[in-house]
Amino acid sequence: MRPTTEPQRLRVTFVKGEEVKYISHLDLMRLWERALRRAEVPLLHSQGYNPRPKISFPAPLAVGITGHREILDVMLERPLAPLDFATAVNRQLPVGVTLVEVEEVYATLPALQTQVQGAEYLATVAVSEDTHQLEERITSLLGSDQLPRQRRGREYDLRPLLEKVWLETQEVGHYVLGMRLRAGEQGTGRPDEVLDEMGLANQVKSIVRTRLYFSPAGEE
Amino acid sequence: MSVDTATLGSILPHSIKPARYTGGEWNSVVKDWDETPIKVALAYPDVYEVGMSNLALMILYDILNSQVDVLAERVYTPWMDMEQAMRSSGIPLYSLETRHPLHEFDIIGFTLPYELNYTNVLTMLNLGGIPLLAEQRGDSHPLIIGGGSGTYNGEPLAPFFDLLVVGEGEEVILELVELFRQCGREDRKGCLARAAEIDGVYVPSLYEVTYSDDGTVREVSPTHPSARPVVTKRIVDTLPPAPTRVVVPFVEAIHDRATIEIQRGCTQGCRFCQAGMIYRPLRQRPLEEILSTADQLLAATGYEELALVSLSSCNYTGIEQLVEQLLNRHGPSYTSISLPSLRMDSFSLRLAGMFQGRHKTGLTFAPEAGSDRLRQVINKIISHEEILGTAAAAYESGWDRIKLYFLVGLPTETMEDVEAIADLVKEILPIGRRARGNRAQLSVSVSTFIPKPHTPFQWSPLEQRESLEEKHHLLRRLIRGRGLKLSWNDPQTSLLEAAFSRGDRRLSQVILDAWRRGARFDAWSEALDVQRWWDAFASQGLDPAFYAHRERPLDETLPWDHISSGVSKEFLVADYHRSLQGAMTFDCREGQCQTCGILETFPRDAEAMRQAGWGCVGVLRDAGQAAAAKRSQR
Repeated sequence: MRPTTEPQRLRVTFVKGEEVKYISHLDLMRLWERALRRAEVPLLHSQGYNPRPKISFPAPLAVGITGHREILDVMLERPLAPLDFATAVNRQLPVGVTLVEVEEVYATLPALQTQVQGAEYLATVAVSEDTHQLEERITSLLGSDQLPRQRRGREYDLRPLLEKVWLETQEVGHYVLGMRLRAGEQGTGRPDEVLDEMGLANQVKSIVRTRLYFSPAGEE
Repeated sequence: MSVDTATLGSILPHSIKPARYTGGEWNSVVKDWDETPIKVALAYPDVYEVGMSNLALMILYDILNSQVDVLAERVYTPWMDMEQAMRSSGIPLYSLETRHPLHEFDIIGFTLPYELNYTNVLTMLNLGGIPLLAEQRGDSHPLIIGGGSGTYNGEPLAPFFDLLVVGEGEEVILELVELFRQCGREDRKGCLARAAEIDGVYVPSLYEVTYSDDGTVREVSPTHPSARPVVTKRIVDTLPPAPTRVVVPFVEAIHDRATIEIQRGCTQGCRFCQAGMIYRPLRQRPLEEILSTADQLLAATGYEELALVSLSSCNYTGIEQLVEQLLNRHGPSYTSISLPSLRMDSFSLRLAGMFQGRHKTGLTFAPEAGSDRLRQVINKIISHEEILGTAAAAYESGWDRIKLYFLVGLPTETMEDVEAIADLVKEILPIGRRARGNRAQLSVSVSTFIPKPHTPFQWSPLEQRESLEEKHHLLRRLIRGRGLKLSWNDPQTSLLEAAFSRGDRRLSQVILDAWRRGARFDAWSEALDVQRWWDAFASQGLDPAFYAHRERPLDETLPWDHISSGVSKEFLVADYHRSLQGAMTFDCREGQCQTCGILETFPRDAEAMRQAGWGCVGVLRDAGQAAAAKRSQR
């Protein structure tokens, strides 16, 4: 099955919803591979002894977090209209995974993983304190020069991964905090760790990743 | 009422692999709880990833959910962290599809594949809000039924189950559902008595077990007119269509692939193998049917691997054409084909070459014993030369890695037989070296022989721990060095497995006691605490050695004598004698009928057998055929 035409690269934006928020990144990759196989789209495979479909995910989403605009790139052996792709694939997705957008991008663009720069999250926290107190937590967090932490036994500094934190909505007892964290080869900030630094780890109700940011070449 | 989502949401983020507990997988069947009158939970007493690899449960899920008035939902054992979290936050064990607590179902069907899962059955009942003992349950409780190989000696579990189904469940499950349609949740006792009249159904509470002074079973006798003195297993004449819309897990299952059962039963007659005895007769699924099933299964699941399973897939008539056609149809979409069990001969090697192609990952064979003599004792009919020849051919055709399975502790085994394993290994590795250089690898996996009910070795003892360890040390000393790998299973686990495998009804108290002491997931080395078990045995005044290590006289009443696998005890005795003389029992498909008893138990005429794909076809000289002929004359 050699491709008779140029391979095509499609960028798929999708929701990882409540129903599937506990599945791991590897689970999600398998889920997509099988959904695409069921949809019978012409997946381009790698060469070699163990051919794998060329599907790439820029930034793993931690277990328990939903995603509103998650992204993957998939290579096809031959071009398919994005709408036809979407129609075929939509029928094969389990509850909780929904297509938002499918667009064709240059096949020659660098791999998504190398282009991701950061992500924005919204976290709902159940705290009874007033807005002022919560804003003080934010100020003190952003005022720190360093936020040394450990992840899997390795020391690292969370502070440089933290770009912005803000109060999105101000309903007492049901605040929504926004944050923009760096992601990529220099390290990836995790929203649950930021909330932990703010002393809110036990008040988190839910976290959603609202978007990913890419360097200009990645064409976000 | 479904379990509380908020409470569940508060514990899931802290549990290991939370997606084990959330359902929603592709092809899972979610029916309307309130609109569906009969509710069945299919329970597997191990963790999700293991249970999701079980084909039996998926077959029953498919059959039950195709009934309009029945819903079937799945439930697996929560891992210990989750059990604890559920208990402390008051969440009962719930089904994956609609998250209803187990006690709200009408029927809970457990599959019982392995003795060391037994405590998990208790965890599931208890966490599901159901009294553990059948006698404590009333009309308001679900019926607790069990199936699978464990029911061929269900005695250690007898008091926990309302009924056990012996044999194949595809038809009997619907008969039980029909009975439930009539009885509902009223008159549980009357309903169970009626169930006992269904072929293959064993209702333990309708039998009394008496014991002799020496602790052996004196008699198991029915206490109710509906209960038969002997319960004979159920079979299906023709393999029913294989399920195609199977649930595709999110969490990676142990066997994460599409599976088709290409045949059931085995005619090779390995004397240690319980599956080879209890799943007779051999029935083959027609090739055309397998091909169309494969198309549908792969289209419905998106799996990238298709496994052709059976006890001995190389023996499927036309296996080569089958693999070839499957590769032609599904190879272009990058689907790989696998056969989990390979015979050690050149034919199997050619087959493996077909489906592994250039990607030669490794080959696994099971010579089972190291010497020709011992292989004759266990009826594993393969010679030293064939083993060497196949191994050589495997390395020469490009495989780097070969894995060999052996059993240790087999009847009549001597230290010489064990040394023969090492000798064989040392003969094979240099062949590999010559062909593959330093890349050649040889793994040796050694398991302890556990005598199992309904086999010719059901009277044999489990070997003592000390001598097993001696054999282990010998192999460790002899099998070492570059390219060699040796693995071994724990003798303590074997003792437990052997005790329950051939245990009687009194062991239920030990299971209960050990479970109360915290025994969970005993098949998992990280969870098993054998001391709990020894304490439980001691406090019940029972000795695991009595069940495991004792050679049983042929005239002793065995705890499972009232259960028939269709293979007669006379055949087992005769085969046991043949084994001690080193005489072989040939595969009945290659010679003549060995009169194992299947055709006496399930007489069919030749044409019916041919149409149903039976391996017994073509034998007209034996008693079964004679009986069948007689019946057709009538």
